[in-house]
Amino acid sequence: MSNDIKIKNGLTINLKGAAQNIIKKAAHPKSVSLNPSNFHLITPKVVVKVGEEVQQGDVIFFSKNDNRIKFCSPIDGTIKDIMRGAKRKIIEIIIDTDQNQSLKDSKSINFQDLSSEELKSVLLDSGCWPFIKQRPYDIIANPNDTPKSIFISAFNSAPISADLQIILEDQKEEFKLGIKVLSKLSDGNINICVDKNSSTFINEIEDIKVHRINGPHPAGNVGVQIHHIDPVNYGDRVWTLGAEDLAIIGRYFMTGIYNPIRTIAVSGPPVKYPQYYKTIAGTELNKIIDDAGIDLNDSLRFINGDVLTGSKVESDSYLGFYNNTLSVLREGNHYRMFGWIPFINNKVPSIYKTSFSWLFPNKKYDLDTNLNGEERALVITGEMEKVFPMDILPMQLLKECMAGNIEKMESLGIYEVAPEDFSLIDYSSSSKIEAQYIIRQGLDLMISEVG
Amino acid sequence: MNIRNKIDNLKKPFNKGEKWEKFAPAFNALDTFLFVPNHTTKHGAHIRDAVDLKRTMITVIIALLPALFYGIYNTGFQYYSQLQIEYSNIDVIIHGSMKIVPMIAVSYIVGLAIEFAFAVFRGHEVNEGYLVTGLLIPMIMPVDIPLWMVGLSVAFAVFIGKEAFGGTGMNILNPALTARAFAFFAYPTYMSGNQVWVSEASNVDGVSGETILGMLASGNSTLPYEPLQMFMGSIPGSIAETSTLMVLIGALILVYTGVGSWRIMVGSVIGAALTGMLFNLWGVNELMSFNWMNHLMVGGFAFGVVFMATDPVSAAQTVKGKWVYGLLVGLFCILIRVFNPAYPEGVMLAILLMNVFAPTIDHYVVESNVKRRLKRINKPIVNIA
Repeated sequence: MSNDIKIKNGLTINLKGAAQNIIKKAAHPKSVSLNPSNFHLITPKVVVKVGEEVQQGDVIFFSKNDNRIKFCSPIDGTIKDIMRGAKRKIIEIIIDTDQNQSLKDSKSINFQDLSSEELKSVLLDSGCWPFIKQRPYDIIANPNDTPKSIFISAFNSAPISADLQIILEDQKEEFKLGIKVLSKLSDGNINICVDKNSSTFINEIEDIKVHRINGPHPAGNVGVQIHHIDPVNYGDRVWTLGAEDLAIIGRYFMTGIYNPIRTIAVSGPPVKYPQYYKTIAGTELNKIIDDAGIDLNDSLRFINGDVLTGSKVESDSYLGFYNNTLSVLREGNHYRMFGWIPFINNKVPSIYKTSFSWLFPNKKYDLDTNLNGEERALVITGEMEKVFPMDILPMQLLKECMAGNIEKMESLGIYEVAPEDFSLIDYSSSSKIEAQYIIRQGLDLMISEVG
Repeated sequence: MNIRNKIDNLKKPFNKGEKWEKFAPAFNALDTFLFVPNHTTKHGAHIRDAVDLKRTMITVIIALLPALFYGIYNTGFQYYSQLQIEYSNIDVIIHGSMKIVPMIAVSYIVGLAIEFAFAVFRGHEVNEGYLVTGLLIPMIMPVDIPLWMVGLSVAFAVFIGKEAFGGTGMNILNPALTARAFAFFAYPTYMSGNQVWVSEASNVDGVSGETILGMLASGNSTLPYEPLQMFMGSIPGSIAETSTLMVLIGALILVYTGVGSWRIMVGSVIGAALTGMLFNLWGVNELMSFNWMNHLMVGGFAFGVVFMATDPVSAAQTVKGKWVYGLLVGLFCILIRVFNPAYPEGVMLAILLMNVFAPTIDHYVVESNVKRRLKRINKPIVNIA
């Protein structure tokens, strides 16, 4: 059964360098990392020491707040370093990989006879639990909850982000098995949202609700989809998963091995060979960067994730836990004389028509990281609503988040939003406000005050 | 990049920890005027739209230019055409420029000086809003107002109208209209009557400076102007408000670029037209029976609706709120014109009044949004005071 949903407000940003439909197997990484900053609000309690040998699936650390939530090694290897920052906060755990990975016995796990509590503990022990996130707050799900429904967005709408249909192409069975596992965790629906204009194997899967979404970015954001299908109210819990994350869970139940394979799109204007790489979560980036033909002599920015929501990383750093896209942009630290004059500098797509970029809706752009202005007071109204397809007043919500007014935030719909839903407001704001940052602060305040 | 290097050298004493650090906002304002800075994204989205506040404000100024140029022409034209002497277009433009350029200079110098001082004092960057306000203030004044009154009105508007509320983005009233209202109530003899609306009308015999609305208010029903003149703007009035055509060109620029709210503009026109039609049916006094279409073309209605009512800071901020706000601006404008003999023109007071009520309108729009959300669950969780 499928339903059509039309998203009206939003903005499609056409960038150069979208990944082509080629999947390459990345070289075996020398080292991988587990980075606690990928897991928002998780304080790690590390159970391994430097120099210790670990097997794929061995626990590296668990959450101090809930020691059932475990984070496991994606690969066989030796703990090389546990990097700490100020106040001995753990920044990153680096694992040197073994050249020869041991062969593991593959045996499927029977989950049909398990109760939902037993199934949860299997997921928690396997290291698969961190893939399950919850709304509200956009954090790792609490194992004590029973979600009212589960959502998976099976397409990306962010600029030059990975095409999930390409990624799922050879993982269909794992994906389907993952759905079966999840359906035991919730009494509600499993909702999978697909792009209306593409035909996919997901349409044929039974016992789920398929929603066909049509419209510009952020139509692919799971938060927008939840809002239009089964909105989150006070006290509700909705779980969300990435499409490939679901396949990883499915693979675990198929083989009994925690094997977080990541297919990533390496994309962006400076990338010579934008394409897909099959690798592992947390892999080192330098070999992939080299293989994609990226010239490190340029001043570039590497981003784990898409260009609107990702986090900045160095070229000798590691892939994030959840990311399906490695975006590359040129740094924009240059001056432009009288660059503010309208109708010159038509190189940037805009929600305003103060440049002629709107004349070429299909042109692909080469954007850099220049802020194109400076942060200012909030002056222009109505611009946020143009890129925010929810029945929520974005500017009023942002202002209440700045003020830290919990009651107002609650009544204006803070439970339904995640920072990524505000990424286009970041992009299009004429006052250059940091909407995603403000919303994250607001959500963290809600977690500490309301829970 | 030679100029850039020179600026970077000049900038050194303003950097953090240096001698003139406190005055950095003033220097930065000039620097960023010359160059869009090299700032890159730090949090959030890694790419950003080309639009910034400078760009939107300059777009508004571009939209104002047709009305300003016509205002300069009309100032000279009204003066010479009533003198009944030989004159050329050059004379007309020179006369207009001599009157208006000094007003603009005074407005910018006084206003920007206060803005820069507040930026330095408060330690924030100079906001671009005053670039528009500073041009709007002379454009809505009578041409013969003394320059010191312009300066004083500007100072009042920036101090009391804007900075007292916390600066750009926080003000309740439109600063340009605050300046005009200040002059209107402080110096009524320079701001109303039948001697001020044409250049030198109070000094030269044979030059009458009465506006159409003034004539109608005094019960004079035979107008010396055709509707086409009202539309083109060759009538007496505040400097740049007279030409509906030029204002329409500005409105097109604002709506087309997306900088100005078309909802407010359309809402106001509908509100004023409906009110005007209603009074046409009633028709007790001259202003009531004045054709509703002409009501839209005379006085400051068009200019006020396009450039003042759409000020995003003081107008309603929600989509639905903008419709209500616009309709009420139009309604009150005609209402004040028709029923208040002391104020033949009502658009200034109508907009200021609605500025005050805009937060109330928004409040109800926000409430209805909150109610929709609460309806989804059976019992309300929070009560909004």
